[in-house]
Amino acid sequence: MLTHLAHAIKAPLTRRRALSAVTGLALGLGTFATASAQDTIKVGILHSLSGTMAISETTLKDTMLFLIDEQNKKGGVLGKKLEAVVVDPASNWPLFAEKARELITKEKVSVVFGCWTSVSRKSVLPVFKELNSILFYPVQYEGEESERNVFYTGAAPNQQAIPAVDYLAKEEKVQRWVLAGTDYVYPRTTNKILEAYLKSKGVKQEDIMINYTPFGHSDWQTIVADIKKFGSAGKKTAVVSTINGDANVPFYKELGNQGVKATDIPVVAFSVGEEELAGIDTKPLLGHLAAWNYFQSIKDPANADFIKKWQEFTKNPKRVTNDPMEAHVVGFAMWVKAVEAAKTVDPDKVIDALPGIKAANLTGGVSEMLPNHHITKPVFIGEIKADGQFDVVWKTPGLVAGDAWSKELDGSKDLVADWVKLKCGNYNTKTNKCGGQGS
Amino acid sequence: MPISLFDYLRAALLAIFMTVGVAMPSMAGPFEDAVSQLANDSFSDTEAAVGLLAGGGNAQALPIISALQEGRLLADPATKSVFIKQGDGKFLNAATGAAVATAPASAAPVRLNNRLRRTVEAALGTLTLLSPDPAKRILAAQSAFKTRDAAALPAIDDALKKETVPAVKRAFAEARAATILFKADASDVDKIEAVGTLRAKGDQDALALLSGLSGLSQDVAGVATSAVNSIQSNLALWSIGQNAWYGLSLGSVLLLAAIGLAITFGVMGVINMAHGEMVMIGAYVTFVVQETIRTRYPGLFDYSLLIAVPLAFLVAGLIGVLIERCVIKFLYGRALETLLATWGISLILQQAVRTMFGPNNREVGNPSWMSGAFDIGQLSITYNRLWIFCFTLAVFAILLAMLRYTSLGLEMRAVTQNRRMAASMGIPTARVDALTFGLGSGIAGIAGVALSQIDNVSPNLGQTYIIDSFMVVVFGGVGNLWGTLVGAFTLGIANKFLEPVAGAVLGKIAILVLIILFIQKRPRGMFALKGRSVEA
Repeated sequence: MLTHLAHAIKAPLTRRRALSAVTGLALGLGTFATASAQDTIKVGILHSLSGTMAISETTLKDTMLFLIDEQNKKGGVLGKKLEAVVVDPASNWPLFAEKARELITKEKVSVVFGCWTSVSRKSVLPVFKELNSILFYPVQYEGEESERNVFYTGAAPNQQAIPAVDYLAKEEKVQRWVLAGTDYVYPRTTNKILEAYLKSKGVKQEDIMINYTPFGHSDWQTIVADIKKFGSAGKKTAVVSTINGDANVPFYKELGNQGVKATDIPVVAFSVGEEELAGIDTKPLLGHLAAWNYFQSIKDPANADFIKKWQEFTKNPKRVTNDPMEAHVVGFAMWVKAVEAAKTVDPDKVIDALPGIKAANLTGGVSEMLPNHHITKPVFIGEIKADGQFDVVWKTPGLVAGDAWSKELDGSKDLVADWVKLKCGNYNTKTNKCGGQGS
Repeated sequence: MPISLFDYLRAALLAIFMTVGVAMPSMAGPFEDAVSQLANDSFSDTEAAVGLLAGGGNAQALPIISALQEGRLLADPATKSVFIKQGDGKFLNAATGAAVATAPASAAPVRLNNRLRRTVEAALGTLTLLSPDPAKRILAAQSAFKTRDAAALPAIDDALKKETVPAVKRAFAEARAATILFKADASDVDKIEAVGTLRAKGDQDALALLSGLSGLSQDVAGVATSAVNSIQSNLALWSIGQNAWYGLSLGSVLLLAAIGLAITFGVMGVINMAHGEMVMIGAYVTFVVQETIRTRYPGLFDYSLLIAVPLAFLVAGLIGVLIERCVIKFLYGRALETLLATWGISLILQQAVRTMFGPNNREVGNPSWMSGAFDIGQLSITYNRLWIFCFTLAVFAILLAMLRYTSLGLEMRAVTQNRRMAASMGIPTARVDALTFGLGSGIAGIAGVALSQIDNVSPNLGQTYIIDSFMVVVFGGVGNLWGTLVGAFTLGIANKFLEPVAGAVLGKIAILVLIILFIQKRPRGMFALKGRSVEA
């Protein structure tokens, strides 16, 4: 495409060439930045606004603009206004790294809020390390990572997957498990952790069925039929779904049409929130579950206030909120507090100031940034209601601290991350050395 | 802390509430207690209340529990009163059955979780065994089959005796059999008979129940094992049929997505990367039609798809003609540049839709005649897949007839077979090109209407189908509609027979490898077009 474009520019502009050039231009117009003013603190926003991930990430870009707007109304940070710099990595993983570099070196942002998929996070990691900047990552992920420059405000597996499985085993008396996921790193790691966890609880191999499907899988007939078959062995069965993105809609439609009811085989999902349900008729899905650290339906004054202001900001009274948005709310509040505590935006000082910072979340608790750069979060189990929202049926008694390294996996249970005392993201407690397995 | 006037007031108010609260239970029996328990907003209290109501024999129990199941039961936590919302928007006081003007504003629907939903289903089952509606009796029998409560056995026997409808009678007999098998003191003769009933039922549920049995005498266990084996081998046969149906269904989706491409790519030879976006546009037309119907004429919802089909054809077809006139016209015979230009167009269309409708999925509902499933033997067939299958064949037949019997079809075939000869015979080739491309795009739009029923309607919808569509057209044989048909069904069925063995990911890879090998052997696909035009 690039050579094509260059060719078009060099050659005299015939009608045909003009057209190719316009096409190329339209493709290149991903990036824009708001006019820069002096004496502002720049905040980078690195979320895809086009391509496959735009469906999820566009909302997070809007959330960040909203939060920055709110903060500026309060007078900004350190007496300076905040300025958002938005770039579009277009769901293209290598482009994430390029755009991150552009944000840090060219735009000189003080902090970046961004990424959704693990592969995009992994692709920007070297850039943040090399240029020593800060990334706030707001999405639930597979864990097994702790970097000095990254702060993980989404859930680690022990803050979402494991409590959800506990709930099903205790409340629904589930004995047989289907672990269904999309074929990439998050579902594979999460399922590995869950499998080890279930086996440690005495579940037999024959009572666990693991199934992976390609991205965007749309023909679920066979798999739903398999799940029905697996579920008719006389033991209570549940599906733990790490199915990602667009594949969920046809999956749930097939469940509804084949009559798999939540009372028979409940499905608990880790990637389905209010935004995803907005595209489905939820009446046949009544009672299927999701595990998150935040639900829009949670009754709390802070949440009600946030939803009201958010809907005013987006000028859409039906706009929903979701879990990764709340992660950005908490992460942003923590960053503001850390900058104010450090009295500078210098990355090293802010990174040192962040652990221990506390910020109120939207569900009535106070989350804390831990030395392993993960945060404490409550865990909620919600059942899908007919109106596309969730009814919280269970929650953890207190806040759960995020584990960077899973206690269930052999390779990682001896590792700890501590950037305060040990200054290490993967300290092996057996060999007492920094640099275990993993990153 | 000094006691303020406010505290006195609060105490006085509390006292008033207490006396009211005391006055109510004084006239209340266990039924009223159970009803007020529903207002506690605690799952375990609700569960206990449902149990009490179901066993209490009060006539109000059935309306209360069905209202609870349907989310029409409202409770006011302050006064512990419970209301039933009726179909006409009016309210009944649940405890007394008296009509009330309106429920208090603080009343909220009584919440359910899955465990409670099961309890409610079971309770409704025992309450509706003798319902005048046969559909409800079948549901009651099915829930009795699941709960297998020995205490309900006399009621089931009673219902079985009175039953006249054969299907319901069978359901009751199966429920009775299931209950007997789990009743510890049932005689062996009864149990063997029960195993026979379940063996005749022969489905997954029966298999699950029989293989989960324990504590049987040797005779019964022997009969049960042979029943399990017979059901298993029977189900294995059915599963072949099931896979074949899934394959046909997947094939019809592939065919529908590819059939438009079979015209633009197959007949015209244009590598049209924007084909998927035409499918997406068709899906969005469906969304717009449904939204309009929802807000203006809700009664027409079941016809929304019928209205959307011609509209989607027109919109996508028009965009197709525009693309052909403005871009592709200049690029005939230059495959690489066509590919790049149409790919650019596809990105532009995607982003345009994203800007207009937002990046999120849009909800396109299934009309009632496309929801649910029905069974043939042990085959479960969902209505939406069945309709899409029929729809695809209809579209294919119409297209074939059009190409064969209309003058436009004749001109299209003439132009694609020998452009210069056709032109010298006076056929306006440029206009035919535009119309052909429009036709292919329009058919892709129609495919979008059908695919909106099984897939999500998002700007990315087209991308999922573009690769599969090319695969089908190339595999079937470029330029041959029958090849596309056979190619689509072959790939669909092969995929569905591979999937249970290899898994969805490996299955897909295997299909790709097979196609590559096949194309090595037969580069022109299954049904290669013969003639001079092929060499051009």
